[in-house]
Amino acid sequence: MKTLRDVKIGESAVIKRLYGQGPTRRRIMDMGLTKGTAVYVRKVAPLGDPVEIRARDYELSLRKADAQLIEVEA
Amino acid sequence: MQLKIALAGNPNSGKTTLFNDLTGSSQYVGNWPGVTVEKKEGRFRADKEILIQDLPGIYSLSPYSPEEVISRSYLIDEEPDAILNIVDGTNIERNLYLTTQLLEVGLPTLVAVNMMDVVQKNGDKLDLVKLSSMLGCEVVGISALKKKGGIEVCKKLSKLAVERKVGKRPDFYTPKIESALVRIENAIKGKVPEKSLRWYAVKVFERDTKVLAKVALPDAERNAIEKAIKEIETAEDDDAEGIITNQRYAFVQKIFAATVTKAAKPGTLTTSDKIDKVMTNRVLALPIFFAIIWFMYYVAVSTVGTWMTDWANDGLFGDGWHLAYCHDTPAFCSKAVNERNASIAKEAESAKTKNAATLKAAGLPEDFDARAEGVSEADAKTFATVKDKLAEVPEAETWESASGEFADAGKRIAAWGNAAVAAGAAKWVPADGGEKADAPEVDDENVREFKLVVTDEAKAKTVKSEKVLFENEESGEIDREEVVDYEAYLENLKVAKPDPSDYGIWIPGIPVLAEKFLDRIEANDLVRGILNDAIIGGVGTVFGFVPQICIVFLFLAFLEDCGYMARIAFIMDRIFRKFGLSGKSFIPMLVGMGCGVPAVMATRTIEAQRDRRMTITLGTYIPCGAKAAIIAMFVPCFFGNSAIAASSMYFMGIAVIVFSGIALKKTRPFLGDPAPFVMELPAYHMPTFSGVMTHTWERVKAYMIKAGTIIFAACTVLWLLKTFSWSFQMVGLEDSMLASIGNTFAWIFSPLGFGDWKGAVASVTAFIAKEEATATLAMLAPDVAGGTLKGVHALFEGFGPEAAQGALASLAAMSFMVFNMFDPPCLVAVATICREMGNWKWSLGAIGFQLALGYSLGLIVYQLGGVFFYGQPFDIGAIIASAVALAMIWFIVRPVPKLHKA
Repeated sequence: MKTLRDVKIGESAVIKRLYGQGPTRRRIMDMGLTKGTAVYVRKVAPLGDPVEIRARDYELSLRKADAQLIEVEA
Repeated sequence: MQLKIALAGNPNSGKTTLFNDLTGSSQYVGNWPGVTVEKKEGRFRADKEILIQDLPGIYSLSPYSPEEVISRSYLIDEEPDAILNIVDGTNIERNLYLTTQLLEVGLPTLVAVNMMDVVQKNGDKLDLVKLSSMLGCEVVGISALKKKGGIEVCKKLSKLAVERKVGKRPDFYTPKIESALVRIENAIKGKVPEKSLRWYAVKVFERDTKVLAKVALPDAERNAIEKAIKEIETAEDDDAEGIITNQRYAFVQKIFAATVTKAAKPGTLTTSDKIDKVMTNRVLALPIFFAIIWFMYYVAVSTVGTWMTDWANDGLFGDGWHLAYCHDTPAFCSKAVNERNASIAKEAESAKTKNAATLKAAGLPEDFDARAEGVSEADAKTFATVKDKLAEVPEAETWESASGEFADAGKRIAAWGNAAVAAGAAKWVPADGGEKADAPEVDDENVREFKLVVTDEAKAKTVKSEKVLFENEESGEIDREEVVDYEAYLENLKVAKPDPSDYGIWIPGIPVLAEKFLDRIEANDLVRGILNDAIIGGVGTVFGFVPQICIVFLFLAFLEDCGYMARIAFIMDRIFRKFGLSGKSFIPMLVGMGCGVPAVMATRTIEAQRDRRMTITLGTYIPCGAKAAIIAMFVPCFFGNSAIAASSMYFMGIAVIVFSGIALKKTRPFLGDPAPFVMELPAYHMPTFSGVMTHTWERVKAYMIKAGTIIFAACTVLWLLKTFSWSFQMVGLEDSMLASIGNTFAWIFSPLGFGDWKGAVASVTAFIAKEEATATLAMLAPDVAGGTLKGVHALFEGFGPEAAQGALASLAAMSFMVFNMFDPPCLVAVATICREMGNWKWSLGAIGFQLALGYSLGLIVYQLGGVFFYGQPFDIGAIIASAVALAMIWFIVRPVPKLHKA
């Protein structure tokens, strides 16, 4: 299964499915990362985590651990 | 007619700017009850009948974060008359997601599309008419930053509210879901307010526990609904929350496609993108970050902040300050000083001319300066031969030089006087004629409190002082030494205390003015004490911090408003989340080196409630400026001025924060999934001057009011306790109520090595302000040869068991220092903690934790330190200390306990 964590910097992917539960899952969805949304991985923080992505026309950052909850397809 | 309007919108949508524009200065800032979320309300400046309630910036009305819970319970339970939904026009897609939820609440709603100026500048097009018809509510374009449209929007909305005009709710759910929602609506009809029926129905569909508990459906009904939800879930292959969210975003996407035309091709970089490319660059991000932080710290804590705080403490609430010096403007000097300076100038002129001639004669340039760079060896040699012939060029007299001269004279008098007393040629008597039984130790500090009476003049003439060392004003190095004889002593006696008002415009401090006022009304000692010590002293301490707080908040407001604060969290998150804090905790900790009060207040930038509470609890563990005063007294006194001992307190502070974070993270209140760190990185933009100012002012104001009132009360009580005996006689500290109270609980500190009322009282006064501990110890220390520090040393020698003969003094001092570093901070900071926690349980928890930790660390230092370094027996105290240490280690390393779901 390919997750958002596996997407390389500078590449895009489309969200297929969300795992996880409760606040984290809801928060990810509320921020617009829903099924079918295209995301672009922009960069990684200087210390290696979190990552900055672009989706729905704005920038957001999320931890790699959370990115792993997001299944994507290229 | 009184109207309540709720202002709702995403973070970074310009909500605060709009709120400030709408309410002007009539704002009230507080906390929502029980949580650390800021609550702001204000009256509409064009119509005072309208109350505007600023809701926290939120992305959704989910039941998970405290901000969202507050917003929804306000909208649902308090039923405002209307909702003003502010939407960022440059980011319609995510912003309208909240709008779809707000519209279901069923209140009159107006959508204000903000940043229309930016939209136009980017060349984008936004069809507001179409947007309005698709959303089924009024839509108006505004620019909060340019103050365009806000007032009109509010007026329009108040009209809607008066008419109770609710728009037509958009239908966007698929038929299957819609029929399920209608079914739920029928089931809960009558149990919830009619107008919010749809909102409740959606929440029931989402299985929102809070709403389910409220509507309390009968089991049969509940099961039937549950079955219908399950069916849809299976068909859509998603859970209920996900289905609803997808539907909303699908609708928003449709609106976006129909109303927005972007000028730029996707993928082109905006200015903000370009800035961000540099600011969070993998290589440059950390250096830039540290440079910004260093600059902020440099200005706020070590330079401007300290100057201003010193001015507030020593000037405004001290003796007074110079508004202007006369070496800049001679007109401000007294006539006598000007005359003296005129003759000095003449002397200097002639000395310069003479020196120039001497230099020229020796073959050197007239303006030769041996200190200058590039002086050749030959020239330097030549200079050495004429050096002695050069006359000294006198400098104009200034306040610094005059007061420096007065201090130097005092130094000489003290040195010679002590030598004369030792030789039996003179004795010290108190200058005010009072009695002091023992021969006191006179030093540079207190020399002006004494008068020297020469008893044997013949002998005195032969007395010579020990070497007196003088420091260079600029470098701080010792560059002169003198031996003072009788002649020089007499000469130095003539140096009069300079009057500051002779050297410029001198503004007396508030205490001085108060003193004058009290003299005029012939007030008694009680009134004097209360006014001077309790009110001016206590409240002065609070206001002394204000300049530093202002500067810190100015920076914070700027960092926050320009969008960099989110990047700080982005950069630092990796480190801080390891011990249960957030990337944004970095700034409070840093500010804490200056003062714990702004540090605790700086936690306001942390949105996640748990992270914020943790940062508040741990934020004051980095030694602040006042704690540094304790370090500054104890390190030379007990640890031979070792830099290691001094810096160890800072390292210990960091270690305490790290390990407490790790340990606390595993305790119940902080347990659970880490707050989701899915954070928007807003576009950079230049904050407005008025925005930053309002932001700063409202926080400073809140501090002054709250801390001011609490501190005033506490200082008055403590002053009364330390001034009066139980029979309400004014007495010295030794006989005061405070001393006897200190005696009753001094035993508590016995295991820490300072179980004497003096140590106990010093710890209590340290609670008023940490640096007070040094003053109290100095006051309570016995008078021994060698000055205050020796006295404090002797005091601590007396604390240990008699058998140890004072050998444990350093250990007790270390324990005292550790206790006072890591127990709860001073009263002002504690008051701020209580205010920021917004909940007495959390406040007590934080303070209790700090108290327990400070005590435990002191105990471990004294008991185990005694066993390991001073050969003390491994007795019951050491056993308890070991147990405490083991317990602490266990709390740090234990596995994360399972969270029991309530």
